[in-house]
Amino acid sequence: MCTTCGCPSGEHDHHHHHEGGHHHEHSAGGVKLAVEMDILAKNNRLAEGNRRFLRERGVFALNLVSSPGSGKTTILERTLRDLSGKVRCAVIEGDQQTDNDARRIAATGVPARQINTGAGCHLDAHMVGHAMEELPMDDLDILFIENVGNLVCPASFDLGEAHKVVVLSVTEGEDKPLKYPQMFHAADVMLLNKVDLLPHLDFDVERCLEMARRVSPGIRIFQLSARSGEGMAAWYEWLGRKG
Amino acid sequence: MHELSIAQGVVDICQQHAGGRRVLAVTLEIGTLSGVVPDALEFCFEASTSGTLLEGARLDIERVAATGYCRDCDRTHPITAYFDPCPACGTFPLEVRSGEELRVKDLEVE
Repeated sequence: MCTTCGCPSGEHDHHHHHEGGHHHEHSAGGVKLAVEMDILAKNNRLAEGNRRFLRERGVFALNLVSSPGSGKTTILERTLRDLSGKVRCAVIEGDQQTDNDARRIAATGVPARQINTGAGCHLDAHMVGHAMEELPMDDLDILFIENVGNLVCPASFDLGEAHKVVVLSVTEGEDKPLKYPQMFHAADVMLLNKVDLLPHLDFDVERCLEMARRVSPGIRIFQLSARSGEGMAAWYEWLGRKG
Repeated sequence: MHELSIAQGVVDICQQHAGGRRVLAVTLEIGTLSGVVPDALEFCFEASTSGTLLEGARLDIERVAATGYCRDCDRTHPITAYFDPCPACGTFPLEVRSGEELRVKDLEVE
């Protein structure tokens, strides 16, 4: 006997339509249920909730992604110091362990919350939703979310941000956009960092930008150095306009 | 290893749909551009299903081939990556039409 609809279990390969919308057929082992559901549906639903929450408060949220060591935290430190008194910012920091980055950010005087993902390799919309509960969201212009340093996994998880901003430093390979196409495809803004080091390197900027545009046509690119300050003005101008 | 989060997502969806019955098999549709590695997912699936309705369930992964639409030739072509130009006329970029799937297609319950 089929426990779903009560039909004799010997009748295989037939179809049922149920009130619940489930369609199923029998095979030798059991009852087949059609599901057709996106595995990331739950994260996407929570991300849409975050996006609505941010929009209602007029908060411009950016999800910063990169490999470890590209300079995300240094870019943020400089940005927060330079925008201090002009733009109200807060930061959510994602790392597997330690609150070192949140402390670096807090030293700039900006509210920061650290999320430790433990074994996890990315932030998800659920973690970000809870971190926002601990930030002064009603008095903010920009929320920076610094994702776990990883060019693979964070690409799949929408956090509710307005833009995914990928940071690539010139001490890395110029072909990273082709090596990690999912991340560069998901991003629509790219910061090419550490350009003050270009005279000492063989990094081909034009080739790198061409590869980034192949993977993500229309990607907006800022070339800058958080250390020397070169190129930061254009980035601030874009931030000030909220994209 | 975001395959672990993906595997946990699969377990959640299956438990919601199984109505308390033991799950014997799950079929997933995984696009070749989805960024998910089937071998890693199989490994994580086993770890994530232990102690759930899915314990011991068979995991069937159907790979969905990537295709891109070329406006210039008005045709959809197979592609292997986001940055592939049109194999017929070299136009770039193509609009990705399939290959990003990450879905639970169906499950088999007792």
